[in-house]
Amino acid sequence: MSRQSNRTTDSKKMNSELFTLTYGALVTQLCKDYENDEEVNKQLDKMGYNIGVRLIEDFLARSSIGRCQDFRETADVIAKSAFKTYLGITPSVTNWSPAGDEFSLILENNPLVDFVELPDTHSTLIYSNLLCGVLRGALEMVQMAVDVRFVQDTLRGDNVTEIRMKFIKRIEENLPAGDE
Amino acid sequence: MADEAPFQFLHNEVIQYLFKSAENRETENGRNVTKLENMGFRVGQGLIERMTKDTVRFKDELDIMKFICKDFWTCVFKKQIDNLRTNHQGIYVLQDNKFRLLSQLSAGKQYLEHAPKYLAFTCGLVRGALSNLGVKSIVTSEVSIMPACKFQVMIQKM
Repeated sequence: MSRQSNRTTDSKKMNSELFTLTYGALVTQLCKDYENDEEVNKQLDKMGYNIGVRLIEDFLARSSIGRCQDFRETADVIAKSAFKTYLGITPSVTNWSPAGDEFSLILENNPLVDFVELPDTHSTLIYSNLLCGVLRGALEMVQMAVDVRFVQDTLRGDNVTEIRMKFIKRIEENLPAGDE
Repeated sequence: MADEAPFQFLHNEVIQYLFKSAENRETENGRNVTKLENMGFRVGQGLIERMTKDTVRFKDELDIMKFICKDFWTCVFKKQIDNLRTNHQGIYVLQDNKFRLLSQLSAGKQYLEHAPKYLAFTCGLVRGALSNLGVKSIVTSEVSIMPACKFQVMIQKM
């Protein structure tokens, strides 16, 4: 980085390392607080959910994307638009189930894990589990109940990072959305 | 380059998490601010390491503070510190008239009692950055009208 300050007017962009490092600090803190990977995973998912519930508003307001016609379109919007906007990556969408209600997101380089190495003592920790919560929370706000989980993670020795998403049901409009 | 929104949401969630866990134990409030501050410290250390790897050596303490006010602040909050004052005896006051983490909260005195929570992380950020530049310090914050705030940096002589 040069010493000259680059006073860009594009204030929406921010050094992504700040986000990565902050997330790392959070996971570290959670590991100290809980001492049990399962609990940490759960907490990360919960925090992600809270973020997703709010993030969807920001996303819809900025992207002028309307209601999705089917789950395939949803997958496209998530991969090409949402991930691009917020994390600067475009995961590929693969492994569709025959019924078209399940697919995988393959993350090439997950920005959350930029400087991360998992110690052996945390073999069951799903480091980026926040993302699952975010996706679940955001989709719930557009009337979609979806199951989201990591099935592969490069941090744990897999070749790729894969998030599996399974459509469960459409949430009826007149019912109040489930609260955490 | 990631978007700014994820950081802001994450920051809010971190605050929520730390303070919700202590709601029924009021005495722990101080400890939560410390936790938040320590998280900021680690992040500040990491950030400054990455930012300064190609810069020339700093001349003196003031030069370091200027770097924090200009480059570091721009990198993190996309603007410079509006005013830097010092008594030339190791106390610096950094004033930001439109602090990014407060600007969404209010423009006035509403929610003023919550402001310290939203500044603790940044205090740590500054302290961590300075610490990796070889300057030991204590950083505190002060808000009288949001979204303006002041950070006071007290340099500890080694």
